[in-house]
Parts: sequence; C-alpha cells; structure tokens
Amino acid sequence: MSKKIAHLKKSADQTELQKTPTGIPGLDEVTLGGLPTGRPTLICGGPGCGKTLFALEFIVRGAEQYNEPGVFIAFEEKPDELSANVTSLGFDLEQLQKQKKLKIDYVHVDKTEIEETGEYDLEGLFIRLGYAIDSIGAKRVVLDTIENLFSGLTNEGILRAELRRLFSWLKEKGVTAIITGETGEKTLTRQGLEEYVSDCVILLDHRIINQISTRRLRVIKYRGTMHGTNEYPFLIDEEGISVLPVTSLKLNKQVSTGIVSSGIKPLDSMLGKGGFYKGSSVLVSGTAGTGKTSFAASFIDKACERKERSLYFAFEESPNQIIRNMRSIGIDLQKHIDKGLLEFYASRPTLYGLEMHLVSIHKAIRKFKPQVVVLDPITNLITVGSVSDVKSMLVRLIDFLQSEQITVMFTALSLNTIVSDQTDEGVSSLVDAWLLIKDIELNGERNRGLYVIKSRGMQHSNQIREFIITDNGLDLVDVYLGPEGVLVGSAREAQKLLEQTGQALHTHAISRKDRELTRKRRLLEARIESLKTEFESTEEELNKVYIEEDIKRGIAQETRQFMTEFREGKKEAIKGNKSNK
Amino acid sequence: MGYNEEKQSNWDGRENPVYKLRLFVTGTSAVSVRAINNLQSILNEYLTDRYELEIIDAHQQPLLVKSENVTAVPMLIKSYPDPKRRLIGDMSDKLKVLRGLGLT
Repeated sequence: MSKKIAHLKKSADQTELQKTPTGIPGLDEVTLGGLPTGRPTLICGGPGCGKTLFALEFIVRGAEQYNEPGVFIAFEEKPDELSANVTSLGFDLEQLQKQKKLKIDYVHVDKTEIEETGEYDLEGLFIRLGYAIDSIGAKRVVLDTIENLFSGLTNEGILRAELRRLFSWLKEKGVTAIITGETGEKTLTRQGLEEYVSDCVILLDHRIINQISTRRLRVIKYRGTMHGTNEYPFLIDEEGISVLPVTSLKLNKQVSTGIVSSGIKPLDSMLGKGGFYKGSSVLVSGTAGTGKTSFAASFIDKACERKERSLYFAFEESPNQIIRNMRSIGIDLQKHIDKGLLEFYASRPTLYGLEMHLVSIHKAIRKFKPQVVVLDPITNLITVGSVSDVKSMLVRLIDFLQSEQITVMFTALSLNTIVSDQTDEGVSSLVDAWLLIKDIELNGERNRGLYVIKSRGMQHSNQIREFIITDNGLDLVDVYLGPEGVLVGSAREAQKLLEQTGQALHTHAISRKDRELTRKRRLLEARIESLKTEFESTEEELNKVYIEEDIKRGIAQETRQFMTEFREGKKEAIKGNKSNK
Repeated sequence: MGYNEEKQSNWDGRENPVYKLRLFVTGTSAVSVRAINNLQSILNEYLTDRYELEIIDAHQQPLLVKSENVTAVPMLIKSYPDPKRRLIGDMSDKLKVLRGLGLT
C-alpha cells in the first residue's frame, strides 16, 4: 500500500507543474519559478496599478531574456501608444517587432459603429490571435484588457461562452498567457474573469497610507504549486517592475570572521578585534551635529581605499552636498566615485513608502554589488512609517545584507524625546555594533564623546573617547581623567597646560633640592673631618696619659722592689741594685 | 476639391450609390451560411444591383482580418457610402440590418 502511494507521489513529482519565468526581479521568487507554463494567469487590480506594464514586461522580458516570442493583444491602447509608454523603461517594442519576437495587435471594438444583427461568435479574434501566435512562434500571450469587449458588445451570453472557449483554446495552444482585468466591486474583476482563469491569479494593489503610496502584489491563487502568500511590495521605476520577497524568516545565515576596519584607528583598537565583523550591521547614533555623517563618510572612504565597492544611501543631504562637506574634513569622496567604487543613492524619505524604499535599496544593492553600505540617516524614515514599520523594514534589510555578506552602517539621530529613544531602542537590538556619539557639555562648550555601547562577538572597550573632527579626518583622543572627573575639549587642553606647568615647576624644585642636598653633604663632610681631627688629638692626649702612667708605674715598681730587697738581703740587694744599675 | 466633387456626385446619384460591402465569415459554419443567405435576400430586396459584396473566409485571410479589425464573426463591413458601419451576427434581425446599412 505504502509502496503504491510512494509510487504515486513520484509520478506526481514527475509531472510537476512547469513554470515560465517572468524575468521580473523578485516575482519568480515569490511564485517559486514563474507563471504556470501553457496556462492563463489573471492579473487584476484597480486603475493605475500597473497591470499593463506588468503584462508587457512579461512579454518583453520573455522575448529578450528567454527567447520566447510573445503576442500582445491590446484592447485599450494602440501599439504606438504602448511603445511610447514603455520607451522610458528601455523597452524597444519597434525593434522587437522587427526581430519577430513580438507582435502587437490592437483590437478595437467601437460600440457606435457596430450593429448586432443576430447570433455571432468571436472567431475573428481567435483567427487574429492564432495567426499572430503562429507567425512568430509565440510562447507568451497577453490579453490587455479583454473585458473591454463587454463594453463594445452587448450579448453577454455569447461573450461569456466565447471567453470560456478562448481560455481553453489558449491552453490547447500551450501558450503561457496573461489576462488583465480591472477590479470589480465585489469580484476580482468586473466581469468575473476569475471564473474562467483559475490556475493563477495575481492581485496588484496601489494603496495610500499617510499620503504615501505603496504598490503591493499578492498571489491569490496558484493551483498545483506552493507560492508566497504574503503581500509583497513592488516598485515601478525606470527599469520596470521589481518585487521584493519580503522576509526569509530563518536565522541560518553564513557568518564571516573577517574584519572590516572602522576607518578610525583608535576606534579599531577600542573594538576588540580591530574593527567590525564583515557582514555585520553597525549603528552610529548621536544628537544633531555630532558628526554621524562624517563618521559614515570616513568609513566609506576607508572602504573605497581598500578597493571595496560602496553604496551610500542619503536620505537627508544631496550627494553633492555630502561630497562638498566631507572635503572640508579632508575626505575626498569624488575620486572614489570617479573610479566607480562609490555610488550615491539619494532620495527623500517621503518620496515613497517604506516598502518602496526597501525595494529600491534592494535593487540598488543587487545592481551595484557593494561590500559596504551606508544608510544616512535611518531616523528620517520614521517620517513615512511608524516605529514598528521602520523596525520591520530594517530587520528585512539587515537580513538581506547579512545574507549577502555586506557590512552596513546606519546613522541615527537621537533627539532627547521619547519617540526617537524608541527608535534607538528598536534598531539597537537588531544591529551587531552600536556606537554612540554623545555631546559632553562642560565649561560652556560642547564636545563629542564616543562610546562603544555594544559590539557583538568581541571584547570592546568600555572607555569614553573624545571624538574629534580635524582637517585631516576623524580621530579619537583619550579623554582626560582629572581630579574633577572627565575632561574634554579646551578643559582637557587647559588641564594639560596646567600639568605641563606643574611639571616644569616640579623639575625646578627638584633640582634646587638636589643642590641643597649637595651643599649639606659637603657641610657635613667638613664637620666630619674636623671631628676626626678632634678625635685624633683627644686620642693622643689619652695615649700620653697612659704612657706616663706606665712609666710612672714601672719606676714605682722598681723602686718598691729595690726597697724590699734592701730591707731583706742588704749586700745582695745592694749588689743587685748595683748590678741593676 | 476631389472630395467635394465626389460628395456632389453622391448627392446627385443618391438614389443609386453603389454600396461597398465586405462580409467576413468562417468557412461554412451554420451561422456563416445563415448570415450569407439572410444578407443576400435583404440586399436583393433593397439594393438590387447597387452593391458590391465581397465574402471573405476569415480563416483564409488572417491578415485582412487584422487590418480590418474584425473581432466578432460574421461581420459585415460597410465601407461606402459613409458612415462606416459594422454589422455583426447572422443578419436575422432584418430591421437592424437595414438600420446598419442606412436604408431605413
């Protein structure tokens, strides 16, 4: 039994739904490969949501990238109008038509010149479509917007029957078709086309929130295959449509142990490993005028000097403004731009919604393939979304950058208000390293103090350094820890001066003491000499007494002996005495 | 100049302008045959010898189908006299056919 099921499964795999890639960046990821091959797909949405462009891009990309010729049946716009509309996107429809890769047929049904005189069918349309398909061997077909038939012809019964026949005929033909339809009031399309096209339905949406529009796309239905079910933001710009697959929820990114220098040597030594990890995210936050942009520019500058490609997303200043301003601190970004190592992308945050920003950032990164990216400042994005929106956008951005092993630096403005504190909070939990530049106010001046608040995966310094901006770039200086606490700026200089003076005085004092000591020694030495002399004379005196005493005692003894002998032996004594003498 | 003259002659011979008609059909399908028969009888009745009718099999002339912007079939295109009109269907509604040809 189980064997049989396994067998069935296998055969199901073999006949798995084939997909035709649209070539629209991102969409093929959402649909896991593209639209169902040989089947019709319904694209529906309100006016101006990009249905026609979507369909046209499907055809053009098919012809250009996948060598699949396509037929575009236009019910709304004339061929020259269509070409004019998409020339700005770099689609040359004329050229494609000459190359027999594209056929455009304009089907126009004018109610005013038509009289319905009885039963009819739409064979004419079939013939035209069939002829167009066969003449170039088309694999892709677009019907834009077939619902227009309903406004020209009145017999709905016939139309519906013919539509049903058309879609099954398209399937028989084995072409991958896109049918566009305008959203109805209660149905996906006004005429309920979804009834006929049931394999794949994609809804385009154009929503305005807080006066900012975001285009979104959703795959409502895709028979026989997995597909992304979320709403995905998409962007229409000078290169056509790009869709952003929102999130990969898995946290299984490859990580690098490579190190990227911060661009400021003393800071590298504050970060345990000599810089940031490659592919990590760095947040630089600080109040206004603390040098966040300078910091970011210096980071970029050093990256470019290492020949790493860098992208700078500016949300506040124009590129020229940044280049000019950075020149004043000795950072020349222009030369990197000239070498093609650096590119700026400047846009006002209010230009479009957050999702759109994300899509355009994605696109720019995909295109330029940088190793280092700077977003300056992310706080401005808060003007177009709530804190949680910004956070979720940044999560996805960081996610993407990490998977591409791109090091990113965000700058964030922190005001002393609750809202932006939240911003910091929100973002800071996402980033790998957080540097805070803080104003230190002392003695009537402001100075910048730099803290490394966090740096994941390395032993970072807990010290505050003074962050100074010089004509030759950025530098960090040890703050002075005086008896009155942390000293920075001119207070530090003053304290240094004070210390130097003290030192000089001290040296002077010491040399005086030395001389004094020498003098004292000499004095003492002199005294020792005299005392020695005194001692010698005293000693001599003493010796003299001793000798006298000895002589005295000797004589006394002799005399005494003589006296004794004299008294005892007389003659001998006298003899003795005489012989002694 | 030429236009005016033509117009003039139109008015002069308004009793008998020659109708230029093209009927697109699909082979010998039932509805096509019906259309041809209905149209023939109407034309013979109202426009005796005052019409040029070209019957075209859409399957055989796809390029003409495209250039003439044919969608629904059968389709009768009246290209002369003005205004240009298109009549679709099997021509069973005689009143509508006459209205379409400007004969009422």
